[in-house]
Amino acid sequence: MTIKGKAYIAGIFEHPTRHAPDKSTAQLHAEVAKGAIEDAGISKDDVDGYFCAGDAPGGAWPMVDYLGLNTRKLRHVDSTETGGCSYIIHLGHAAEAIAAGKCSIALITLAGKPRTGVMPPRAAGAEVDFESAYGATTHNAYGMCAMRHMHDYGTTSEQLAWIKVAASHHAQYNPHAMLRDVVTVEDVLNSPMISDPLHRMDCCVVSDGGGALIVTTPEIAKSLKKPQVRLIGHGEAMKGPRGGKDLDLTYSAGVWSGPRAFEEAGITPKDIKYASIYDSFTITVLMQLEDLGFCRKGEGGKFVADGNLISGVGKLPFNTDGGGLCSNHPVNRGGMTKIIEAVRQLRGEAHPKVQVKNCDLAIAHGTGGLLGVRHAASTAILERV
Amino acid sequence: MSEKKYPAPVTNPETAAFWDAARGGKFMIKRCTACGEAHYFPRSICPFCYSDKTVWEEASGEGTIYTYSLMRKSPTGPYAIGYVTLKEGPSVQTNFVDCDLEKLKIGQKVKVVFKPTDGAPLPFFTPV
Repeated sequence: MTIKGKAYIAGIFEHPTRHAPDKSTAQLHAEVAKGAIEDAGISKDDVDGYFCAGDAPGGAWPMVDYLGLNTRKLRHVDSTETGGCSYIIHLGHAAEAIAAGKCSIALITLAGKPRTGVMPPRAAGAEVDFESAYGATTHNAYGMCAMRHMHDYGTTSEQLAWIKVAASHHAQYNPHAMLRDVVTVEDVLNSPMISDPLHRMDCCVVSDGGGALIVTTPEIAKSLKKPQVRLIGHGEAMKGPRGGKDLDLTYSAGVWSGPRAFEEAGITPKDIKYASIYDSFTITVLMQLEDLGFCRKGEGGKFVADGNLISGVGKLPFNTDGGGLCSNHPVNRGGMTKIIEAVRQLRGEAHPKVQVKNCDLAIAHGTGGLLGVRHAASTAILERV
Repeated sequence: MSEKKYPAPVTNPETAAFWDAARGGKFMIKRCTACGEAHYFPRSICPFCYSDKTVWEEASGEGTIYTYSLMRKSPTGPYAIGYVTLKEGPSVQTNFVDCDLEKLKIGQKVKVVFKPTDGAPLPFFTPV
């Protein structure tokens, strides 16, 4: 049993807003749902599967009601919550549901407003008394990974900076990007230290916004007008300190989700023409590239240097929308926009300055939670048909 | 700088013994008598072999810094979070205190110190 080729991404929509003080979070979900439904060219009354994560106000059933989905038809819901990679996991779960005949048109939404106001805290896990007082944040949790990666493999701040430089080269062409100025390695190194060894420009932006997908059967996708993009491999995995045994913060759960996805797709990292890689921080990208097999563990620094991630310049064009480092990071969750830019590349709808030629195979990969504490990862491999 | 105020542990039946020992200045870990592995934070069921034969053990409180990150700004000032690999094996998340945070290094030897809260004291680590 495989989901290879069983589900197509027929609709995508990324909210153009980066700051939405005058809108409600539910409203943003509705706007992205409407956008993706119109992009696919279907009716909202045809949606029979709905997927959302912790950012959806009240969870699945209040959202289904608010969105006015057709409850006579809706027959599959999934509110798997794995932080920023939830939507990549949803994509795989939607494909599973479609392959099993449990739904035929799935809607996945993400939206929220962390730039406008403070996000509600996550529910505490069993570790709460043994960790909460120590102030783990995204910055220092990823800082701890970077510090150890530098220690073990000699990775440098200059190498990490190249990831931001590449993202900025792409963001200059995205009219919606929050940060459109092209920056240099020196700019990154001269930006203030936030949490050692990560500088401000090693960190992603904080933005309001959202995005949505329509996932459907091959038959329905072929009846629609958009270029056909299908999911051919998917993986998910989780990693934590597991009782403190053999702690190793230099790799992520991508070491498990990646190979699962590549095996299902029947391809290797060398075949990938475009990569959407979650970029909450520069170190996130570097570790995930290693974990996914684009280079060997410890060689990520060399791999990302000298513009290797810049479209038209390097061997692996990544995050051609500017990614989380420059364009947006809706709800502090980057998984949705990773899928959307990968679909744009496969459709040939990316900005002409960053569009990868003959882009037929792409990867969208992300993590959720804190890489330095405990996290989930998910990998999707997409193909233009 | 005044002492930072830390939240009191909520505690629960599974971990109460840890906090009771902390009040006496003891840093406890759990060890599984079936597989021999120590773990942290403490669980009743061994996370490695799933035996319920786990027992409390007083740890030396000594270890080395596995990694750290110095958060330069926060509402309560700069602080350094990190992991310490205990002599007994498990790595634990903590903050480094009572030291020059700029001089922390991976591999540095540290020892446990307890800091008061409105409830049980919390374990932190400081360079030896």
